[in-house]
Amino acid sequence: MGPIVPAMYQYDAIDQALIEQRVAEFRDQTRRFLAGQLSEDEFRPLRLRNGLYIQRHAPMLRISIPYGLLSSAQLRKLGDISRRYDRGYGHFTTRQNLQLNWPALDIVPDILAELATVQMHAIQTSGNCVRNVTADHLAGVSADELDDPRPYCEIVRQWATLHPEFTYLPRKFKIAVTGAPDDRAASEVHDIGLHMRRGADGAVGFEVLVGGGLGRTPIIAQVIREFLPLQDLLSYLEAILRVYNQYGRRDNIHKARIKILVKSLGIAKFREEVEAEWRASRDTAPRLETAEVERVRAFFKPPAYEKLQDIDPAAAASPEFQAWYRYNTRSHKVPGYRVAFISLKPHGKPPGDMTSEQMEAVAALADRYSFGLVRATHNQNLLLADVRQQDLQELWMELRRLELAAPNIGTLTDMIACPGLDFCSLANAGTLNIAAQIQQRFDDFDYLYDLGEIEIKISGCMNACGHHHVGHIGILGVDKHGEEWYQITLGGSVNGFTALGEVIGPSVRQSEVAETISRIVDVYREQRREEEPFIDTVRRIGVQPFKERVYAKTAAAA
Amino acid sequence: MRKLLRQREIVTDDWHYLGEESTLGSDSLIVPLAELRDNSATWRAWQGRLGVRIGPADRVETFTADLPRLAVVAIEFPAPSEGRGYTQARLLRNRYGFKGEIRAVGLVKQDQIFFMSRCGIDAFELAPGEDPEAARHALHLFSVSYQPRRASLPELS
Repeated sequence: MGPIVPAMYQYDAIDQALIEQRVAEFRDQTRRFLAGQLSEDEFRPLRLRNGLYIQRHAPMLRISIPYGLLSSAQLRKLGDISRRYDRGYGHFTTRQNLQLNWPALDIVPDILAELATVQMHAIQTSGNCVRNVTADHLAGVSADELDDPRPYCEIVRQWATLHPEFTYLPRKFKIAVTGAPDDRAASEVHDIGLHMRRGADGAVGFEVLVGGGLGRTPIIAQVIREFLPLQDLLSYLEAILRVYNQYGRRDNIHKARIKILVKSLGIAKFREEVEAEWRASRDTAPRLETAEVERVRAFFKPPAYEKLQDIDPAAAASPEFQAWYRYNTRSHKVPGYRVAFISLKPHGKPPGDMTSEQMEAVAALADRYSFGLVRATHNQNLLLADVRQQDLQELWMELRRLELAAPNIGTLTDMIACPGLDFCSLANAGTLNIAAQIQQRFDDFDYLYDLGEIEIKISGCMNACGHHHVGHIGILGVDKHGEEWYQITLGGSVNGFTALGEVIGPSVRQSEVAETISRIVDVYREQRREEEPFIDTVRRIGVQPFKERVYAKTAAAA
Repeated sequence: MRKLLRQREIVTDDWHYLGEESTLGSDSLIVPLAELRDNSATWRAWQGRLGVRIGPADRVETFTADLPRLAVVAIEFPAPSEGRGYTQARLLRNRYGFKGEIRAVGLVKQDQIFFMSRCGIDAFELAPGEDPEAARHALHLFSVSYQPRRASLPELS
């Protein structure tokens, strides 16, 4: 087989020039900062817009993975960079990005230059601007999808990149696009959620949601427009951003997100403002030309699938493979193919972490088994989207050798966790130690499988990078007189039905988190009806029975 | 004398702000928006060149009737993180067709002026300590753009 040109957006001279010029700009800014010509306050917004934080121990660089899609060459480069410039590993985030925890500040421009050689960058992965656009990780391969959202993600990405008017917004701004009725992109907790729809004439457009977000004030997005024709996508986004840029609060960082503006005006009034702005500007705003849509769409053509029949690879296979097949693979719209998850949640390792060697090895597996493409999911796993069913057993053995085959996707130990106090200067409490405690407590896979689908999401502070509000079980680290305590919420969810969890009571000690989770799932096991999933039981019986068990006096003494 | 980066040239500012000591006898005055509103008859009758200075919270819509009379709109950027001025500039240029000078005043730094110029700002009162040559260079930081997607940047207006 010759070199694969992966079915993803490929840079041309314009795209390449832009990221290279961005590297040059940041190299000069870094030089001026190190020479004392830029103060810390002046440098901060500039470095943030290039993904660079100053963290607890060292700088942290957040590399953009647009809508989670990576070529094998890009993943190989990430492995190479994390080895040469960092400590041999990286951390995949809920925004489908990759974070390096230990790069030296003065070499970050070199890292960015290396990224540019494989059409990657760290532009706008932080700062008060439009962030990485995220998408359904099953885009293009799930049978329930209306259309592949990724070309539209790419169009939005380009529009948002260095947008001169919206580079200094009141606060960060996150957009998610999904093309399937099952919302796998958490779009309702984004500043803007775009749901693909078909209009009366069958043409593609979007339902537009606005004002969702987690953080200190979690709010679920509301519909601002039932149907937006495709060619109006950018002009409508501009209208929303322009209203936000003018009216969003800038006096208080905790009230600066668009969700606060939408909430204070009310969705009806906010809609009125946006529609008025749109009517006034849509004729001069950039119109999305059909030729441009077709140009971008052409990159996402389905790969050269073989004509295959569906088989059952798990028949007569080992129980270990059967478990992996059941939990870590998903159906594919093309017969004979399947989606294979790569679990970044092996017990004993921080969720989302991956070593340089693993990245390089997975890049090779992507070339061999999945048309040279890898995807990052917002649940901090990777996946190979287009694996022949007949190759799954072989792939599984390879992944097992790499310790990337923990058969726990969708189970309680497939947790989301932000980096927490170990790395992040905002955090109140550790998260990785909590994840480890839960992994240890729930190390029996048969028990995990009996519990079924339970999403645990852990944040080290109320900024909610670990999405704790929408975890079936949410865990939030809080600081109590210098000690790390954890507040537990129940009943949050994000896929299909977005709901915010309810706090069950006073926070618990660090040492008691796993015990608390254990009591919660005990109540579930006692109360569930037949095949009823955890979240349904919580919704049916409410938090009270869980609360009683968690705070029962006898249990507390145990 | 105040230096100004205007139309890619470093020039001496030929405008004065109302209340500046040297304004006596000047025929080119920039007045605050409140002044223009409160004494509109006076300024309509004034024979010299007129400019207005607006703050981040001011709405461009509120003085569009005065635009034909104005040669300069000075937009304040009290901090590099202040983003409303970009929208004000774009509205002035694109929606209201303002052809005069739009100048950025306040904490105007080389790291922001590329974006400012893309929004239609064509004159920059640089913050103290800013190197005018570096600022001029910054106008050409990027040769391509995504708004719209183009292989070259339009000439500054």
